[in-house]
Amino acid sequence: MEVAVEVVPFLKSLSESSGVSGYEQQVRDLVTEQYAALADEVRVDAMGNVIALKNGTGAAPRFRVMLAAHMDEIGLIVSMLDQGFLRFNSVGGFDQRTLMGQEVVVHARRDLPGIIGSRPPHVLSAEERNKPVPMEDLFIDVGLAQPELQEVVRVGDLITIRRPFLELRNGLVCGKAFDDRAAVVSVAVCLDMLQTLKHEWDVFAVATVQEELGVRGAITSTYGIAPDIGIAIDVGFGKQPGVSEEYSIDLDKGPALAIGPNIHPAMFSELKRVADVFEIPVQVEVAPRPTGTDARAIQVTREGIPTALLSIPLRNMHTPIEMLAVKDLVRTGHLMAQFIAALDGAFIDKLSWEEEGV
Amino acid sequence: MTLEALSNAFGPSGCEAKVRRVVIDAIADKVDELQVDHLGNVIAHQKGTQYPTFKVMVSAHMDEVGFMITHIDDNGLLHFTKVGGIDDRVLPAKVVRIGPSEMRGVISVKPVHLTDRAERNKVISYDNMAIDIGVSSKAEAERLVDRGDYAVFDVAFEDLATSSSPMAKGKAFDDRAGCAVLIELIERGPYPFDFWPVFTTMEEVGLRGAQVAAYRVMPDAAFALEGTICDDGPRDGDTSPTTAVGKGPAISPMDRSVIADRRLVRLLIETAEAEGIPYQFKQPGKGGTDAGAIHLAKTGVPSVPVSVPSRYIHSPVCMLSKEDLRNTVRLMTATLQRMTPDVLSTR
Repeated sequence: MEVAVEVVPFLKSLSESSGVSGYEQQVRDLVTEQYAALADEVRVDAMGNVIALKNGTGAAPRFRVMLAAHMDEIGLIVSMLDQGFLRFNSVGGFDQRTLMGQEVVVHARRDLPGIIGSRPPHVLSAEERNKPVPMEDLFIDVGLAQPELQEVVRVGDLITIRRPFLELRNGLVCGKAFDDRAAVVSVAVCLDMLQTLKHEWDVFAVATVQEELGVRGAITSTYGIAPDIGIAIDVGFGKQPGVSEEYSIDLDKGPALAIGPNIHPAMFSELKRVADVFEIPVQVEVAPRPTGTDARAIQVTREGIPTALLSIPLRNMHTPIEMLAVKDLVRTGHLMAQFIAALDGAFIDKLSWEEEGV
Repeated sequence: MTLEALSNAFGPSGCEAKVRRVVIDAIADKVDELQVDHLGNVIAHQKGTQYPTFKVMVSAHMDEVGFMITHIDDNGLLHFTKVGGIDDRVLPAKVVRIGPSEMRGVISVKPVHLTDRAERNKVISYDNMAIDIGVSSKAEAERLVDRGDYAVFDVAFEDLATSSSPMAKGKAFDDRAGCAVLIELIERGPYPFDFWPVFTTMEEVGLRGAQVAAYRVMPDAAFALEGTICDDGPRDGDTSPTTAVGKGPAISPMDRSVIADRRLVRLLIETAEAEGIPYQFKQPGKGGTDAGAIHLAKTGVPSVPVSVPSRYIHSPVCMLSKEDLRNTVRLMTATLQRMTPDVLSTR
């Protein structure tokens, strides 16, 4: 099937734009534009979530399926102006060992390119070189002296990692904030496919905010939509050195279907069934506790919502060099579209706990 | 801009060909003689206008710190060693360019979610890291990379126009900044003396190019141009920044490799003061330069290092002041104009 959404360019533009949790405006504009072209209506709620509705063909009132992918990214925030340099704290979880020597953009009164500085090895003792520098001792250099710095930068200004999108080989791409903008793209792929696939249910495609700070956008958007079922789309730990085989998934082998208490078993089974029918490769991801994704909030909204989680395999999560296979992202979109096209009135009955086999 | 082309060029120690190309293209029609010696040094010559037998060599090194691929594992990951002094702590989650095709790869890092506190408090040693080029098998990696291929950080040069005093960022300012100054000095030549600009190789692995170049040229005096240590970040105590950005070229009375010739130091200072050019002294005892090899050539050569302060050298991305770069050119031009045999006849 041809994909009309320009997957790689859209992912590149989302990855290279800035949207730290709570400050998603730039990304929101891009997502709103793309989703508007694929849905019947788009609105932004009070928290800043983008909510697109693609009407189903069933008789009203129609059942509702919600797709949630978060558009915020982890970032940094200015904590102090110190002798011509910036001290900072993090918004979301970084390994401080990956920060030294990275390039950043400080979103001050104007955007300032900068470097997370380091002391030259020539002046350090062996002992100093053997200790990671704690976040509070790292600093950012934007090349301004203190007086000029004070005119342009304020404590509380947001900082994003600056890393151009990179295409590697074998359909692998690399960049920042693929967590979770890759999933935002997969939802666009799904909506695109639904242009030609008939679907009875209403589809609410949501680009959520503030996931990295505790799935906050998913809490309000799910409440507002009150869907009958929900699917969160996020990234999962791709296999790489140092990561256990048991809790990781392979790149380029399709999205992972999470299984565990956060997931309604009938949602899992139906996704698996659809994947088999349409020969979309999928993997299983073991999630023995509430997941660290929007699925965590969706499941316990209002009276409770049957929820599933699709994970796009990703290496180097929460670094500027997140890596994934574009094919996995497209497959995720296709799986959701076929799943949605197969939804009918009877599916609600399958979600009942009395149903055989659940 | 020459610094941009120089900074972006791929050239770790022993693999300077691409930098050499940039240098030769920039100077070929401005010198009387040009040769590339057995170690890859570019040795140029501009004939003197007044003292044709008085030879002054000015050097800058072309090589940068980088990596070399040591092993390709079963998963197609590339293991590497370091070429030159790099702090392991700047390596995780960086993009590198590998081999003649400058193929991109990334130094992979395990997700923070899967680390514990004890782990995050430990430095990852370079030999426990690997470069991921996006292949999944040894066979595929072997079609793309050879053991022994070099790699460098993948960083693009950029003018930072945000400051009222213009700065630039890029990789390898140690010592492409020195190369940029030296190219500028050639453009401003000839000089009264016989001028021998030399772009050296393999400085970062022991000043090896400079050693043989100085032997061949055997100058009467030498200046080594550097992009040097600048440790002027925020600090609690009153400790030396080694050099500071924005304060002009740094004159080294002494580093780990050389005690500078006091007459050349004096000439630089007198020139700077007469011309109103800002200058600073590099904190003695830190770092080494090509002057370390040059001053020990044959029976000895009076030598001095002069540097452009450059923050974050030996890390992926450096930063310097273009004003410092310009003032280094000014100081060196004015100093060379005053460089007569008399300078060395004083005690």
